[in-house]
Amino acid sequence: MKKTLKFIALILCFALIASFAACAGGSNDESAKSSDTDASATDDASATDDASQNAPAAEGAFKIGLIGPLTGGAAIYGNAAKNGAQIAVNEINAKGGIQFDYKAEDDEHDPEKSVNAYNTLVDWGMQVLVGPITTKPAVAVSAEAFADRIFCLTPSASSTDVINDKDNMFQVCFTDPNQGTASADYIAANFAGKSVAVIYKNDDAYSQGIRDTFVKEAEAKGITVAYEGTFTEATSTDFSVQVTAAQSSGAEIVFLPMYYEPASVILKQANDIGYKPIFFGVDGMDGILTMEGFDASLAEGVMLLTPFSADDPNAADFVKAYQDAYGEIPNQFAADGYDAVYTIYQALQESGCTADMTPAEICEKLIAVMTSISVDGLTGKGMTWDASGAVSKDPMAVVIKDGAYVTP
Amino acid sequence: MKKGLKINKTATKDYITYLVVIAAFIIITFMNRGGMLNKRMQGLLVPVCCYIVMAISLNLTVGIMGELSLGHAGFMSLGAFTGVVVSQSLITAIPNDVIRLVISLAAGAVVAAVGGFLIGLPVLRLRGDYLAIVTLAFGEIIMDVINCLIVGHDSEGLHVIFNFRGDKTVADLNLAEGGSAIIKGAQGAVGTKTIATFTAGFIIIMITLFVVLNFVRSRSGRAVLAIRDNRIAAESVGVDVMKHKMIAFVISTTLAGMAGALYGLNFNMISADKFNFNTSILVLVFVVLGGLGNILGSIIAATVLYILPEVLRGLQDYRMLIYAVVLIVVMITTNNPKVRGLFLKIIPKRNKTEGGEAQ
Repeated sequence: MKKTLKFIALILCFALIASFAACAGGSNDESAKSSDTDASATDDASATDDASQNAPAAEGAFKIGLIGPLTGGAAIYGNAAKNGAQIAVNEINAKGGIQFDYKAEDDEHDPEKSVNAYNTLVDWGMQVLVGPITTKPAVAVSAEAFADRIFCLTPSASSTDVINDKDNMFQVCFTDPNQGTASADYIAANFAGKSVAVIYKNDDAYSQGIRDTFVKEAEAKGITVAYEGTFTEATSTDFSVQVTAAQSSGAEIVFLPMYYEPASVILKQANDIGYKPIFFGVDGMDGILTMEGFDASLAEGVMLLTPFSADDPNAADFVKAYQDAYGEIPNQFAADGYDAVYTIYQALQESGCTADMTPAEICEKLIAVMTSISVDGLTGKGMTWDASGAVSKDPMAVVIKDGAYVTP
Repeated sequence: MKKGLKINKTATKDYITYLVVIAAFIIITFMNRGGMLNKRMQGLLVPVCCYIVMAISLNLTVGIMGELSLGHAGFMSLGAFTGVVVSQSLITAIPNDVIRLVISLAAGAVVAAVGGFLIGLPVLRLRGDYLAIVTLAFGEIIMDVINCLIVGHDSEGLHVIFNFRGDKTVADLNLAEGGSAIIKGAQGAVGTKTIATFTAGFIIIMITLFVVLNFVRSRSGRAVLAIRDNRIAAESVGVDVMKHKMIAFVISTTLAGMAGALYGLNFNMISADKFNFNTSILVLVFVVLGGLGNILGSIIAATVLYILPEVLRGLQDYRMLIYAVVLIVVMITTNNPKVRGLFLKIIPKRNKTEGGEAQ
């Protein structure tokens, strides 16, 4: 019994350490964030315990909520989108006219917590939701928002499950199938005749979704997929098996539909064994250059399909504002968050909504105008939406050269 | 005489546990009817019920049987996905939500029981921390198996494929017109019709309490307690160690499966990675901080510790930090003899029962 207790004590220590580590991940930009919590924090105290549901904002500002992983392993995406949205809100509020009251809630990249965060925001009186940022939470929340009739525009949840059969859900990012298809099309057009290896994360909806459509489109376009390797969350620290297999399959292009942390390990291990194919990533690869502890020179020559590049002259003002406020170069998620807020701003203007309307009224009006508006954002010129909620914009392929994105 | 008194005391403690749960249910139901609960609290009701059942059932393994299980979320996962598959495929056959919920919960419980039985068969024969090691592995295996599972339903019945090589998709199910995918491999179970209710949660807590409390007082339960306290002595008087441990462990996993089924039917989407090691540890934290072998303690700890991070949302980025500090403080104070002594002075009557509980 004593032994068991000792064991439990040990395990609990680990759990605590893990939870601290999770905190640390989210808090490295703590100092920068104090500025954006001021308005919401004061509101919060009075509003959260308020039992009145769906109460319209009193002071003439639309209440915009954002849900994303602000702590935990996916915190970098949530915080980027949150900060990007914050910049858009500040700009819009400074313009006069439509005013936004903005509040972000943490979901730890967990569907269960995301629904809790959503409910908290509804209690606060949220009228339009930006988010959730990541796919699985977005699927869980979209069903709730559909039932409650609250308009949602997610910056970066890319699965089709998010928007399927839900007229109130819209996306700023490409859907997974679109990314897979666009990647295959790009490779077919630019690297005809080269064989491709695919390494993907088969316990992740995002990675699996892109891989599925990529392989399908590759087949249609006559691209040979020489090797397919899989990994999971638990095995994302060592890729020697997959990389060696890709090398021995003779693949000249390695397609990596995944986020940048596992991709960085793959790049390192491929370099170690002297395997130098063309690495081709999708929007999750964005952020690899700013990753801590990663030798960015390894990413030289990596191609990725991303809608946003911080070197784009159109984005210069945004990049500067972001750097001033948060001290880092914004990634694509920040741009998605920024565009989401501006899209809502434009849609609210077109539809003539006022801040005293209920969320359901705003939802119906926004759905009506979403299919007709065209938004020029950081992640694409002339973005339009169809009734399903999927966005239509041009994907942009960039290649990493001297530590920056360049159009090939 | 002395013995009779003691049984009376434990019986009273059981009744108090029942009463607390029933009173909490009645109060919350009335508050909900009166519109006193906001949407956030309403959303938390069913998950709290699930975690309470998980904590009680794990307490049966860890506290009462004295074996450590680190993969309890694996059994929850079995129950959750079974429940979702059963409920979604019966949606046209049994339109009544309540009946379908009952069938799904039962199915989830049965599958988790079978899982528990298979795990227990080899492991419970061994001494030492082997159950902890095997259940830990089991939780991970279940997660990977469900990640490979693609299940769909159409007019011809269930279609199941195992996506071992990672090259199958929902399209490979060849579903007939009008069919739909229930589990999409790594994407999880998406589009579940949520039929879980707080009343159902309350009922499964009552079932769990009834089963566990009566089990502990039964012949088998006394045998399990005897094995926990001294296995050699128990064996020497003819207690069948394997059999009684097996009964306790299977009951524990069955209840976890039931909780999982309710959990799965409360969310539009669940994925296998939710039921990972962290969730197992979360439930273990509820059990340890509530007190090993203390059922009411598990209920209170599960409720408070689950709701706490949500209530702390007002603190923004600091909430998880505060949560961790609260955990440490609770752990230290409940085990500190000085602090305990202080509490005991304030409540002198609890002195004896507290001593008996602390084994």
